[in-house]
Amino acid sequence: MEQEVILSLENIHKSFDGQKALCGIDLTIYKGEFLTLLGPSGCGKTTTLRIIAGLESPDEGRVILGGTDVTDWEPNKRGVNTVFQSYALFPHMNVENNIAYGLKLRKVPKEEIKKQVEEMLELVQLPGFGERMPSQLSGGQRQRVAIARAIVNKPSVLLLDEPLGALDLQLRRQMQVELKRLQQKLGITFVYITHDQEEALNMSDRIGIMNQGKILQLGTPEEIYEHPKSRFAAQFIGQSNILKATVTGRDAAGNLTLSFGGGTILASGQGEPGEKVTLSLRTERVRYGREPRQGFTLSGQVKNNHYSGGMMRTVLTLPTGEELLVSGMGDGIEGRLPAGTQVHIGWDPACAVIVERGWPDEAE
Amino acid sequence: MRKKRTFLPETYVVLMLLLMYLPIFVVVAYSFNDTKLFHWAGFTFSWYQKLFHNQTIINAFFNSLKLAVLSSGLAAILGTMGAVGMAGRTFFGKGALEGLSTVPIMIPEIILGMAYLSFFSLLQVPFGMLTLVAAHTTFCVPYIFINVKASLQSLDPALGEAALDLGASRRRVFFDITAPLIFPSILSGSLLAFAMSMDDVVISFFVTGPETATLPLQVYSMLKMGVTPEINALCTVMLGTVFLLVAGARLFQSARKAKKGR
Amino acid sequence: MKRNKNRPPITLLPMALWTTVFVAVPLVYVLGLSFMKKAATWGVVAEFSLDSYKNLLNPVYLKVFAQSFWVAILTTVFALLIGYPFAYFTAKLPKKHRSLVLMLMLVPFWTNSLVRIYGWMILLRSQGVINGLLMQFGVIDKPLKLLYTFGAVLVGMVYALLPFMVLAIYNSVCKVDWSLVEASRDLGAGRAKAFFTVTLPLTMPGVMAGCVLVFIPSVGLFFISDLLGGAKTMLLGNLIKNELLSAKNWPMGAALSIAMMAVTLLVIRLYQHFSRDQNLEGLL
Repeated sequence: MEQEVILSLENIHKSFDGQKALCGIDLTIYKGEFLTLLGPSGCGKTTTLRIIAGLESPDEGRVILGGTDVTDWEPNKRGVNTVFQSYALFPHMNVENNIAYGLKLRKVPKEEIKKQVEEMLELVQLPGFGERMPSQLSGGQRQRVAIARAIVNKPSVLLLDEPLGALDLQLRRQMQVELKRLQQKLGITFVYITHDQEEALNMSDRIGIMNQGKILQLGTPEEIYEHPKSRFAAQFIGQSNILKATVTGRDAAGNLTLSFGGGTILASGQGEPGEKVTLSLRTERVRYGREPRQGFTLSGQVKNNHYSGGMMRTVLTLPTGEELLVSGMGDGIEGRLPAGTQVHIGWDPACAVIVERGWPDEAE
Repeated sequence: MRKKRTFLPETYVVLMLLLMYLPIFVVVAYSFNDTKLFHWAGFTFSWYQKLFHNQTIINAFFNSLKLAVLSSGLAAILGTMGAVGMAGRTFFGKGALEGLSTVPIMIPEIILGMAYLSFFSLLQVPFGMLTLVAAHTTFCVPYIFINVKASLQSLDPALGEAALDLGASRRRVFFDITAPLIFPSILSGSLLAFAMSMDDVVISFFVTGPETATLPLQVYSMLKMGVTPEINALCTVMLGTVFLLVAGARLFQSARKAKKGR
Repeated sequence: MKRNKNRPPITLLPMALWTTVFVAVPLVYVLGLSFMKKAATWGVVAEFSLDSYKNLLNPVYLKVFAQSFWVAILTTVFALLIGYPFAYFTAKLPKKHRSLVLMLMLVPFWTNSLVRIYGWMILLRSQGVINGLLMQFGVIDKPLKLLYTFGAVLVGMVYALLPFMVLAIYNSVCKVDWSLVEASRDLGAGRAKAFFTVTLPLTMPGVMAGCVLVFIPSVGLFFISDLLGGAKTMLLGNLIKNELLSAKNWPMGAALSIAMMAVTLLVIRLYQHFSRDQNLEGLL
């Protein structure tokens, strides 16, 4: 299916006081999708959002919105709206006037405004709150008003800057579901910013992993999780073992064979014999047990077990001194094995992914 | 060891407040004293009658009022525009301009008074309302400038951005968002400036003309000349007005709070 | 349309012009004036001269300087000693009493300062309230001389400037994180020890700001010494006023103003240095 492009960023660069914030952002966003930019604080995700909104102008590059170059447009001329991290509700206006603000500016007739505000309050489940002042609302209610104020203008793209950051865990989970519901119901394109991987994985159609002013990987939550393309992506989302291995060749099934931890391991991907590569292996993909099984190519011993809320984390030591972290529901493959037990270790070759050519510096 | 509850702090605060009000009580009491001398000679309203027929004092009062309204009003415009213009910008000379605009309330007033006396003489500007307004506006600007600047700094920049984002032009952002939110600070700055202008002796002393004695200057010269109990009456009237205004403002505030908390 | 954040906007122009014309230019003119010569009868001669500055070293002037600073220092010390406990206790009152006390303290401040000085004149006069009461109760036989003394000037100065001290200290006491004081008590400090090792250092910014706010104006308030001290207590403010209006020696008045300004700037510099408050935010 050919998807319609609504927004694209082309080679965006931006620095603040000589500090590079963005170095060449290229991003294409399709109509109706929920795209999340995920990254640690300071990675440039908020700057990217502000450039789309027009609140910052890029030093270099273009912003194309619905086929028009809007790079030099003032924010008020663009058909995008933002939900701010601090909500930025106007403290001197009641809820109704906050929501109506954008409509009033576009000179929508009074009755029409009233009707639409009512509808919005229904939609965000705050009927009858029109007369309240922002100071009389709870955090979650402010959040809903901020969303209503933005979507009432039917923006072509809605930008959300860590909108759930200030809410507690319970409310955050609830709002995730609601936001997704709203997005599907209204069919508005969402560009969502967060540093919370769970939020990103739960809600997005596509995720862009950002670090140090660059988009490292763009893909569906599944792609990002199962096939991280960089060490950063592997470590930022979920928990991974980072393995420094050397390619030895291929086995009969076409898997890459590598030497690691005093044995031979299997992985998917390309590599020349003798090449040093870095692998990522999700902790929950590691299998181990007293008896060897098909594909169990390593041996080691249990170092310790650690229970953490419904999840058992086990550290395995390999003969070469390297350690593997394993997580699971506490049953491992043969149940919990006491520290010191000699075990055989293996995994599905498709789960070990090459994330870097060469080995990372020891210093890092 | 048991903790002892002492009332020392409360006692001290109350005693100090009483001491602060002592001279004021004395003035009020003497305004009703039926003699020009200092013993108590019975109750009278005659000083108030004399006061309201004293054209010099009444003229001085209106001079002061006119001066304070003009200069705090003019300063409100200058100071607000200045603070708004500076907000969120960095440019060459910003620090210097900021420093210079607060100089009038940082240095002893008499320096400014002396500077104006010589400066206006040099320019041969006739001393009078014009020079008074110029001088008072200058020392009123900082009160408003500082107040508005602080209020702008505490303003969440996301509010303006949110309005822009919702489609407001920069002009609209200023009038819809910034102006209503900094208005209380403009008002409180102007009120403070107004009070300072009404009360100023030192600077007015140097820049006043023969026909523009302000109320403080009139009081000063009456005090220097000798005792006229009308001053007691005048002071009582002024005190009463300020108390009424302050009490009114507090009532208004608590009424608004009660309404908001509904 | 792009906005340039590094260019002064047009809205700034009125204030910039105003402060240039009415602050910078007059002060520069005073500086120039101080290097000119007094004309024989009236006005000045535009001729470079250091006479006025040499005159500053004249013992008569030096004495006024000394007296002014003595008054300013005493005023600051007394305002601090009286104002600190007042501010501290007020800040620790229950909330509704706190705002009432602050309002009661500020209301007189909003009324005419001359009125309040006049009240003290009535109180201190030889036939005034204090003497009257003292004689009535037989404490003294003859009225004491209270008005037109150095002490009366000091009372007036402290009285007029106390609110500045109280407000500055009050603000910093309100900002104190009391858990720090509790921590020091918990670690074994007595009440006094906790106050001097924790509370006082934490409120030092307010103390310094208060001292500057009292010290600077106290050098120039000529009308208080005029009314309460008679002609006896000659302060720098009175001297400048006399040089300008009676002696008509403008260069001398200008030189005295410049000297006063130098002291003011020195005090502000010291404040900046010790309180690390570069933007003078504590003073504004």
